[in-house]
Amino acid sequence: MRDTIIKSTLLAATLAFGSSAFAAPSGQMLGYTCAGCHGTNGASTGNAIPSIAGLSETYMIDTMNAYKSGDKSSTIMGRIAKGYSEENIEEIATFFAEQEVHKNTNQSFDSAKANSGQALHEKYCDKCHTEGGTVADDDAGQLSGNAKLYTQYSLADFHDGSRDMEKKMAKKMKRMLKKDSDAFDKLINYYTSGQ
Amino acid sequence: MSKQNRRSFLKAVGIGAAAATTATYAPFAIGGSSKKVVVVGGGMGGAVAAKYIRMMDKTVEVTLIEANKNYFTCFGSNEVLSGERTMDSIKFGYDGLKGHGVNVVIDKVIDIDARGRRVKTASGRSFNYDRCIVSPGVSFRYDKIDGYDETVANTKIAHAWKAGPQTAMLRDQVKSMKQGGTVIIAPPANPFRCPPGPYERASQIAHFLKEHNPTGKILILDDKEKFSKFGLFTAGWKKHYGYGTDNSMIEWVKGSAGGKIESVDVAGMTLSGEVDDYQGDVINIIPAQKAGHIAHVAGLTNASGWCPIKGDTFESTIHKNIHVIGDAAIQSPLPKSGYAANSEGKVCAAAIVAMLNGDKIPDPSYVNTCYSVIAPGDGISVAMVYNFKDGKINKVKGSGGLTPSKFDAKMRAREQQNGYSWFDNITNDTFG
Repeated sequence: MRDTIIKSTLLAATLAFGSSAFAAPSGQMLGYTCAGCHGTNGASTGNAIPSIAGLSETYMIDTMNAYKSGDKSSTIMGRIAKGYSEENIEEIATFFAEQEVHKNTNQSFDSAKANSGQALHEKYCDKCHTEGGTVADDDAGQLSGNAKLYTQYSLADFHDGSRDMEKKMAKKMKRMLKKDSDAFDKLINYYTSGQ
Repeated sequence: MSKQNRRSFLKAVGIGAAAATTATYAPFAIGGSSKKVVVVGGGMGGAVAAKYIRMMDKTVEVTLIEANKNYFTCFGSNEVLSGERTMDSIKFGYDGLKGHGVNVVIDKVIDIDARGRRVKTASGRSFNYDRCIVSPGVSFRYDKIDGYDETVANTKIAHAWKAGPQTAMLRDQVKSMKQGGTVIIAPPANPFRCPPGPYERASQIAHFLKEHNPTGKILILDDKEKFSKFGLFTAGWKKHYGYGTDNSMIEWVKGSAGGKIESVDVAGMTLSGEVDDYQGDVINIIPAQKAGHIAHVAGLTNASGWCPIKGDTFESTIHKNIHVIGDAAIQSPLPKSGYAANSEGKVCAAAIVAMLNGDKIPDPSYVNTCYSVIAPGDGISVAMVYNFKDGKINKVKGSGGLTPSKFDAKMRAREQQNGYSWFDNITNDTFG
């Protein structure tokens, strides 16, 4: 009975407003609204807001849901993620997964630190963040060529506990920092170099 | 006035029509099956709409007509006043759009013939269209404050509400102000372009004075009772500029307390309100606003002075085949902001591509994000997601809102940096 009422209300709404009563923006429509902050098709030219082009669907959906629930702390993304339904988020994820990964090569870095960072990456990070974290298949964030400050913020947040990480990552990070207290700085320079 | 312009233009078009086929400047054939869009105005709305139509459908011929060779962004211009940014950093050209195949014409549009679907420019050219996008920004209601007009604005009391030479003028006045002098900022009634702008401006000028003129003061004489990001700005002023104390660098006078300004004595550098007179060493009047000039000439405005539109296509409800985007449109609950114009430009572009191809108009989605910098290391933001439902634009419940009011140094510093990335990305998305 209740279902019938809802259905007939929806039918009336459809007749009155056409398809707009069931607004279902496409991934492209939704994705285009992100570009003002994250760059055209998710390719960021800024050094604090990350590129989101080419991220895996799984990673994007998990991240948006974590922003939405507050599990992942943020300045502004929590406020924005709350504006999207599950369906919207899936559409957004599909749209950005289809874009090519973008490396911002206009950021400054220290070559010597970048070289040391490469060695650290290969030892502690590469297993999950394959090819500098530019491969969508591993469902991890993009590291190589991403926004420098964003990488710095992320590492700081993982380290001080304001962002959750997987147990194996926490273990490796702890081991890495024990061996080299400047490891973050080196890694940031390596990722910023876009190699 | 505008009716007369319309009539004389229609006459001119009638005469011109016969000659149009032979005129060498006519860019497109009349009729035919090609798809032509003419964009009037190359600001944040018009430029992004032109680019995105080309991104979505390369078979559409897009001509963008803009009066100036360069565009200076209004966002970021307050930081030019304080010296945190250079004028060059907010200056953009149109080569990027040309790269997307947009035909960029530097000329001034003087009329739009809605029935003949033709745009006419000051140099005598005319451009036919299937769909026209008008993105003219704002113009000023100089009649609201006695004694203030365009000549005064260009010589002594800047509005600096369209960036460029006006920004430079105000910056130089603040820079050369005597020690202990007073800068008066007089913001307008709603609605106006960039609601948090006057208060970020006060913050940035205070930041400059704190370093270079520590006994200088800023007096904000407001038409309103409250303003955008009110709690965040006033708390920020307390933190950085002594707001609320006897030594405050910033004083804000609301409309009902005498902030409403009725006239200006330019020679005496004095503003008169209902009760008091206020003398300043530097005065910045931000006049009340309405849609950009061409929107009035083309008959796209209603009694409010702004342009009524349909929220899913931004097509004018007055003239068919003409779409109005950006600050000139009645787009509430979307604000009159650069990011909203960017979002509107894309929704409009997608609708036009669909209309030209006989496809279903896509379901829209819109976003606004806006950053203000109160002091170095202290950025704040406001955001909102919007949908189109029941025939109108709505805020998505539960989304958006302001930076949390509790001060968090780490997050505020990140917000400032995010604001700078926002600047890089939105300008590249628009002009790149």
